[in-house]
Amino acid sequence: MNLALHAPILAIAVPLLGGFALPLWAKFGRPLRDLWLLLVSAATASLVGLVAFQVYTGGIQVYTLGAAWPTDTLAPGGFPIRIVLAVDALGALVGLIATLAALVGFAYAARYLAEEEGKTLALTLGTLLWAGMLGMAFTGDLFNLFVFFEVTSIAACGLIGYRTWTSRGPEAAFKTMVLYTVGGLFVLLAIALLYGEYGALNLAHLARLLRGSTVDRVTLALLLGGLLMKVGAVPVHMWAPDAYGEAPAQGVILLVANTQVSLYALFRILFTLYGGLADPGIGWLVVAMGTLTLLVASLMAVVQMDLGRLIAFGAVSQIGYMLLGVGVGLTVLASRPAYGLLALQGGIFHMLNDALAIGLLFLAVGAVEKAAGGRNLGALGGLGHDLKWTAAFFFLGALALAGIPPLNGFASKLMIYQGSFLLSPILSALAILASILLLAVFVRAFQGAFLGPRMLQPEPVPSSMLLAMGALALGVLVLGLFPDLVVRHVVAPAADALWTGREVYLRAVFGR
Amino acid sequence: MSVVVRTIARILVPVALLFGGYVILHGHLTPGGGFQGGAVAASAVALLLVAFGTSAVKGLKSPFAVLEDLGGVAFVVLGFLGIGYTFFFNVLAGSGGLFGAPVAPGPNPGFLNTGGTLPLMNWAVGFKVIGGLGAVVVLFALFGGGDDR
Amino acid sequence: MIGNVPFVVCMVLVLLGLAALLFRRNLIKVVIGLKIIENGVNLYLVATGYVQGGVVPIWTYAPPDAAMVLPTPQALTLTSIVIGLATTALMLAFAVVIHRHKGSLDGRKVVELSG
Repeated sequence: MNLALHAPILAIAVPLLGGFALPLWAKFGRPLRDLWLLLVSAATASLVGLVAFQVYTGGIQVYTLGAAWPTDTLAPGGFPIRIVLAVDALGALVGLIATLAALVGFAYAARYLAEEEGKTLALTLGTLLWAGMLGMAFTGDLFNLFVFFEVTSIAACGLIGYRTWTSRGPEAAFKTMVLYTVGGLFVLLAIALLYGEYGALNLAHLARLLRGSTVDRVTLALLLGGLLMKVGAVPVHMWAPDAYGEAPAQGVILLVANTQVSLYALFRILFTLYGGLADPGIGWLVVAMGTLTLLVASLMAVVQMDLGRLIAFGAVSQIGYMLLGVGVGLTVLASRPAYGLLALQGGIFHMLNDALAIGLLFLAVGAVEKAAGGRNLGALGGLGHDLKWTAAFFFLGALALAGIPPLNGFASKLMIYQGSFLLSPILSALAILASILLLAVFVRAFQGAFLGPRMLQPEPVPSSMLLAMGALALGVLVLGLFPDLVVRHVVAPAADALWTGREVYLRAVFGR
Repeated sequence: MSVVVRTIARILVPVALLFGGYVILHGHLTPGGGFQGGAVAASAVALLLVAFGTSAVKGLKSPFAVLEDLGGVAFVVLGFLGIGYTFFFNVLAGSGGLFGAPVAPGPNPGFLNTGGTLPLMNWAVGFKVIGGLGAVVVLFALFGGGDDR
Repeated sequence: MIGNVPFVVCMVLVLLGLAALLFRRNLIKVVIGLKIIENGVNLYLVATGYVQGGVVPIWTYAPPDAAMVLPTPQALTLTSIVIGLATTALMLAFAVVIHRHKGSLDGRKVVELSG
């Protein structure tokens, strides 16, 4: 068996198998379960790494399920009706983000989750969510996109609501599930419309067939609506603050990665599936959604008194920056490629930065909650005396997210500001305004929770949790200090995969 | 529940299980398959619950959970069988033996020993669905409290 | 025109389900609304694959030159039904938990979070 050839499917199948088998191992003993989880995580991470390495060095990797040979994408007779995985640079980058979130989450969960509070369940759901995210990132056909969309939905809502001894978790999960399911059904309806029109499900095949008819436009609206519900952009963001606020911290970081993966699916549909239509109106729509999201969410963050919900609104506002960057890219790429590419790269770079910075913040909030027993800003204070590392990590994450140099958030936001300035100066002014608002909010939160006289005696934070946060903090620093290297070697290929790589993608799937 | 319901249930539970098994077994030949057969078989659990109350199904919770996990593992492992070619490749089809009898083209009444890994996958899915749906029914009964029967 | 009736019915079902989501506060009714949308979409999928006078797409059973209905939409529908079952079970479970804590299923009474 050729590992390199089979790596894309193995990266999905191994965590799936690991997730199904995890409760069985737990019946034989917790050390066995932890060992199994370690094995599965290590195997999956190396497989995703292998896929990413191959994609970045050798171009798009295609894998056909059930065929006699992995690259036989066409059924006998030349019809593209097989189930295909197609990993390009952007898919690999998103897979890496999901893997990073899962690894950090599991390391954090080792001491964060109490054994009697459903740790096995949480780890199982986390592994399945990981498998679903990798599936969404790697799939090359529209229907499997829907299937993995629902896999991630169910696993994510399980993670939000599995703590049934409180009512807040299940309530947040119910609300999230309603929006995820409606989003999923919109996507399914769109797929049904496309199938009825063209009789195809393969993304590349459909991309060649699309003509821009009315059905195509209705379909695009449905796909946009469904995926934006999953992403949590503003008019349909109601689930996000609740879910981020109520899920356990190691689940939140997976939820954040899940929104990035859903954004990836959105970009894949906008650029690869509908890229041939080149309608600037679609780009403007995405820009409008992005601007609305970043403004409204950062305004909502101002009034929050709960530390978790405050950070949650910060997380929603970051979605706006990514939509803004990619939307600007979509609007002006055809007319002014240089600026469009800059904005597009900024948006994609921000996906990586956001996963690191917001993940760090949520993990720090989880540590505060565990150490101090609460998250209400009115009751917290002076935690910085005892939780020095947690305070430092929180500060670092907050500054990075607010876009302060030399941290990573600054690098990507600067690219987005520059790109959107060209489209309209008002857009970049609004984006900068939202950043300043966020900075004020985060500084207030930091001051309220960590500074001031010592008010309570927090428990020490376990070192494995600190280690998980430290890994993210290191990422925040490194990406902030060497943004040009990262952009050139990691982000630029991913952005190219969306724009100039469209034809390459289609040819890779068709084999010609 | 009344004697009538309980007696009928005693008769119908084996019938439902048998029919579920049949639908799974013939999944590669006729409409049906793992999910449908599993759902039919799991309806037997619901029947047990309705006729005999929560106490009759309480002990089934953890066997069902194990069955579900085993079904999921078996399905992925069956996918791995084909890894010499590609994941999910049907290595048993046409190879003779218990599952892979070659079939001549053209109309035929359906031969059970065909289909390669497909019938096995149907069974894996069937067990997963019996386990999953059964556990769901049992858990709802337990959560609902003792206010019924 | 008569051929479009299934599609009209699907859209009516989807809109009915959306209305239930928007205007019903009872959590169980919200789940029912979701199921109605899902069934509308499933019906649409099956209707897409229908061929006039087509037979069941089992190759070995079909007469030699019969037209078959498309099997792919049926497979998609089946997948969607399975997924729908999982989501419904999960949502009902959450509803049961909420009812246990709050003693009510009224969305206005049980809400603690205001996202």
